[in-house]
Amino acid sequence: MRKFLTCTMRSWWWKILCFLILAYVVVGGFLMPVPRLDILNETIRNLYFHVPMWFTMMALFGSAAYYSIKYLRSGNLKDDVYAVQFTNTGIFFSLLGMSTGMEWAQFTWGSAWSNDPKQLCTALSMLIYFAYSILRGGLKDDEKKAKISAVYNVFAFAMMVPLIMIIPRMVDSLHPGAGGNPAFKQYDLDKDMRLVFYPAVIGWIMLGYWIASLKIRLGLIKYKKDIAF
Amino acid sequence: MNKSLATIFLLLITTTIASAQTEMADTLRSNGKIYVVVMVLATIFAGIFAYLVYIDRKISRLEKGKDN
Repeated sequence: MRKFLTCTMRSWWWKILCFLILAYVVVGGFLMPVPRLDILNETIRNLYFHVPMWFTMMALFGSAAYYSIKYLRSGNLKDDVYAVQFTNTGIFFSLLGMSTGMEWAQFTWGSAWSNDPKQLCTALSMLIYFAYSILRGGLKDDEKKAKISAVYNVFAFAMMVPLIMIIPRMVDSLHPGAGGNPAFKQYDLDKDMRLVFYPAVIGWIMLGYWIASLKIRLGLIKYKKDIAF
Repeated sequence: MNKSLATIFLLLITTTIASAQTEMADTLRSNGKIYVVVMVLATIFAGIFAYLVYIDRKISRLEKGKDN
């Protein structure tokens, strides 16, 4: 499994595929037809760019939690490198998602921050992940750092799922899909928009993994250097 | 019968008018200027991808131990 992964990280075919998909998304995202809706107007096209940021973040945090559990089982510091870099890239995408969301909200909901349940819960889970970075920065010993942060990371992921995916759907929200599953119901998303939205989600997730894979490879080089001394 | 037909007709007309009034970037599109925006974004994307490829290759070289 690891051998397969390290090979995939270094191969080009999926990076080229990612480029092609996102090229289609950038062009199609602006030129393909969208439904005419009041207030939203053309900003509905933000769906192709703002929402995939969160999908990517969730995918990356999910992978990070997987590698944290793997580290706790194996005690191999390489798994810790994977977990850390997946988390860091996930935090990067969460910042992108939050700032794009606030820009969009400024012009459609009237203010960048309106204490919407999804905004609040997302901010909470972002703070939980910031604390992960601070926790790691505060510990000196590598083994101890890896072990404590792996346990914390599993907790952080277990908190993120209800905070982002469950609570906002149980209460009224400005976000679409309150009291249901957004974007996947037949009437929520226009069929023209699906043609761009689904590739957008896949393409952005691939880009997230590409960036994470670069950071992981750097982390592994550093790890090898450290044990060489 | 007539009344209900008239209501449906009225409803249809109002929805058509409402949808026609929803402001979209039609002028931008008819001027062809939306393509400028697409071009700018495509350039940014090409740049980001080129940069990622550059970093990727650099890391590959590091992994082979040629740079250090």
